Amino acid sequence: MEWLRSLILPAQGSPYAAQVDTFYMFLVWLSVFFFLLIAGVAVYSVIRFRHKPGDVTPHWTHNNKLEFAWTVIPLAILMVIFVWGVKGYMEAAVPPGDAQEIRVTAKKWVWQFEYPDGTRAINELHVQVNKPVKFVMSSEDVIHDFFVVDMRVKHDILPDRYTEIWFNPTVVGKHHFECAEYCGRGHSDMGGTLYVDDDASYQKWLETGGVDASIPLDKLGSMLYESKGCSSCHTIDGSPSQGPSWKGVFGHPVQLSDGRTVIADENYIRESILVSGAKIVKGYDNIMPVFQGVLRQREVDGLVAYIKTLGNK
Amino acid sequence: MADVISAPFHAGTTPVERRNYLTEPKGLWSWLTTVDHKRIGIMYLISVMAFFLVGGIFALLIRLSLFDPSHVILGHKMLDAETYNKVFTMHGVIMVFLFIIPSIPAALGNFVLPMMLGAKDVAFPRLNLASFYIYWAGAALAMVAIVTGGVDTGWTFYTPYSTSTDTSVAWMAMGIFIAGFSSIFTGLNFIATIHKLRAPGMGWFDMPLFCWGMYATALMQVLATPVLAITLLLMTIERLFRIGIFDASLGGDPVLFQHFFWFYSHPAVYIMIVPGMAIVSEIIPVFSRKTIFGYRMIAFSSIGIALIGFLVWGHHMFVAGQSQTAVVVFSFLTFLVAIPSAIKVWNWLATMYHGSITLETPMLYAISFILLFTIGGLTGVFLGALSIDVHLTDTYFVVAHFHYVMMGGTVMGFLGGLHYWWPKITGRMYHERLGQIAAALVFIGFNATFFPQFIMGGQGMPRRYYNYLPQFQPMHAFSTVGSWIIGAGLFLTLGYLLASLRKPYDAPDNPWGGKTMEWQTQSPPLTENFEVQPVATHGPYDYFPVGTH
Ligand code: HEC
Ligand SMILES: [Cu+2]
Ligand SMILES: [Cu+2]
Repeated sequence: MEWLRSLILPAQGSPYAAQVDTFYMFLVWLSVFFFLLIAGVAVYSVIRFRHKPGDVTPHWTHNNKLEFAWTVIPLAILMVIFVWGVKGYMEAAVPPGDAQEIRVTAKKWVWQFEYPDGTRAINELHVQVNKPVKFVMSSEDVIHDFFVVDMRVKHDILPDRYTEIWFNPTVVGKHHFECAEYCGRGHSDMGGTLYVDDDASYQKWLETGGVDASIPLDKLGSMLYESKGCSSCHTIDGSPSQGPSWKGVFGHPVQLSDGRTVIADENYIRESILVSGAKIVKGYDNIMPVFQGVLRQREVDGLVAYIKTLGNK
Repeated sequence: MADVISAPFHAGTTPVERRNYLTEPKGLWSWLTTVDHKRIGIMYLISVMAFFLVGGIFALLIRLSLFDPSHVILGHKMLDAETYNKVFTMHGVIMVFLFIIPSIPAALGNFVLPMMLGAKDVAFPRLNLASFYIYWAGAALAMVAIVTGGVDTGWTFYTPYSTSTDTSVAWMAMGIFIAGFSSIFTGLNFIATIHKLRAPGMGWFDMPLFCWGMYATALMQVLATPVLAITLLLMTIERLFRIGIFDASLGGDPVLFQHFFWFYSHPAVYIMIVPGMAIVSEIIPVFSRKTIFGYRMIAFSSIGIALIGFLVWGHHMFVAGQSQTAVVVFSFLTFLVAIPSAIKVWNWLATMYHGSITLETPMLYAISFILLFTIGGLTGVFLGALSIDVHLTDTYFVVAHFHYVMMGGTVMGFLGGLHYWWPKITGRMYHERLGQIAAALVFIGFNATFFPQFIMGGQGMPRRYYNYLPQFQPMHAFSTVGSWIIGAGLFLTLGYLLASLRKPYDAPDNPWGGKTMEWQTQSPPLTENFEVQPVATHGPYDYFPVGTH
């Protein structure tokens, strides 16, 4: 019966999807049976008991046994279906303890995904094959709904609370996700691609952060200046903030709080970013967070290149 | 004992021009100020048919726009995304609130219910007229909403979208708020009428089953509609005065809106389908010339649906953010409420079995109802089953499911009833052969339109989508062609029904051989319905030879 399943249901991306499909196909055949039974009796009656002059029809008003049977038998079947449905639902409701967590933020009309290591991606989702993954979701505006078709899971995303879904992707390749709760003009375009990667390509994707390697380093740096929050303490126009401005730093001498003076070269900048407490600039407090382990190699390179371009201004 | 077909079919007294409710008193003013339930029923009938036409044109536009993912038909760009969203919203709002809900109770029910009970009128004739004008006041506000930019929330008005969009939501909400009162008034009137105005000798279990269906519907209208009114009012207050009730950014709870909305709108589903079932329960025995099987079970199942129907609203919210316990309980209750509906289907089949069946247009619609409602009901089982609903909810599967119930069920029942009582209402017979052809067209077109939507939904096509993946194009195109076939069938119906009005009265008093009381008076009836107060001497479905009972 696989031919029928693959005709009426989408591809299966997880063992759970296969379970749902088995249940679905059971209901399809059950429905076909009952439809044929009901339509059969109706059509048979229309043909066999067509009006003829002089017809006499029996005066059957009721039959308790028959009516009991056709109440209780469907009820019993429905109870089986109820329990089967609850079983599947409960399984989909509780993620395994070791599931990876991805934060999903939905807003009109984009998806934003954030990984535990701080990697962010827009409308593009990468997960590792055979590793259960859990999504913790919230909305910034109206209600949306995260629907991963091939995993047979979906859940609404609300503005005032977190909701969760999880799945265990077992089929490497591209799948589709979409918004299933009406959210206005761009609702039907609010979709994206789910890549289930094998271990190697998943690691590679994490290293590059999903950022296109073709972006020039200084351009990347200027993007990270905003997205990594540097801009909340550093300006690029020379005005002081919680931290020194980046304007005119590179290539020039810097006074440190311990009285030494150093030339701000690549190594100094790199060290200041990763472990800023190593050398404190005179007149400032040691409040800058440690970025060691948070920024990727290429990202550090990008920031250094960006600060370099501000050096001569 | 056996039921013998007493009178030869289609026979009756030869119709002559007699005084009747249509011709006296004369003049437009006498119509607009009438308190005659039959005239109010006709005014309602014309109104709901007009909105059926408007809602239907919106439906054809939706389908046309989805014919191709490019939205280009014959070189014309059909709708843009924003217009599309408004069109499907207006289709839903008009069909639900201005067509289906009043269609059977307020239009056909108003006309036949008092006559079926042997009464002169409903219990509160002026309240009945008030209901009609309130309906129009609501409809007028809805029209204002449409011409002042339309509404793009979907008929469900979910917050916070509905409180943040800049379309005419407040006008529309007030329109529905007001129209709701017309529904409550009709319900009140029917409850009182059924309690107090039954003919001498007619006990509760001697009433035609249509009256039981109307009674169950009226209970739901009276108990559920106020909740919708409150909900829409709160939403409008939030929208206008920024008071946080449902909007999270103002400190409200968006899921609370959904609970309120579905607390009305699930019973509303039954407000729509129970009257359809009630009509089928009349048509099947008459055209099978056999007494109804399981009268009490059908009557009680209507009441059962009305009661359990209040406890299942959460099945619209399995993935919306309610507790898992609530989800499981609502799933359980949903399976329970399926049983009374199933019982009715078995009873109708048992009534047809060993009957003496003819297939005039009303019977064709009744059989269509049974077949389509069965599909609607069986696919409802899919949606009640939790793990499957998680996949199917908010997809085209749901769209197909509720169209099979609302259109395949209620609208088929309405059309069946319209043809069944047309001779009584107008005093004219419509063209029978054309009626059968139109019924066949509607049946075929309906399945062509909506069956592919089950498959698309199962494959993951979300509802309310303007753009869609190219893989769905063939099925969308097929569905669109189906909508044209439905359209052809319905326009044909409109044509031959209007044409029949040009003829002189030619309908017999009892063209189908029915045993309920509305067939005992002339066609069209007198203003006071019966010349003398009728007395119930036999059951509504007793096909005995005349005089032997
Ligand atoms: C909480 C505020 C804060 C944030 C956020 C912050 N910094 Fe700093 N940063 C400082 C302060 C204060 C200093 C000066 C004291 C020091 O050297 O530790 C500083 C010093 C620096 C220096 C040395 C500048 C000089 O003039 O010698 C560099 C380079 C630097 N930060 C880079 C970054 C980068 C890149 C980011 C973002 C990834 C960042 N900072 C985020 C507060 C911050
Ligand atoms: Cu959306
Ligand atoms: Cu419901």
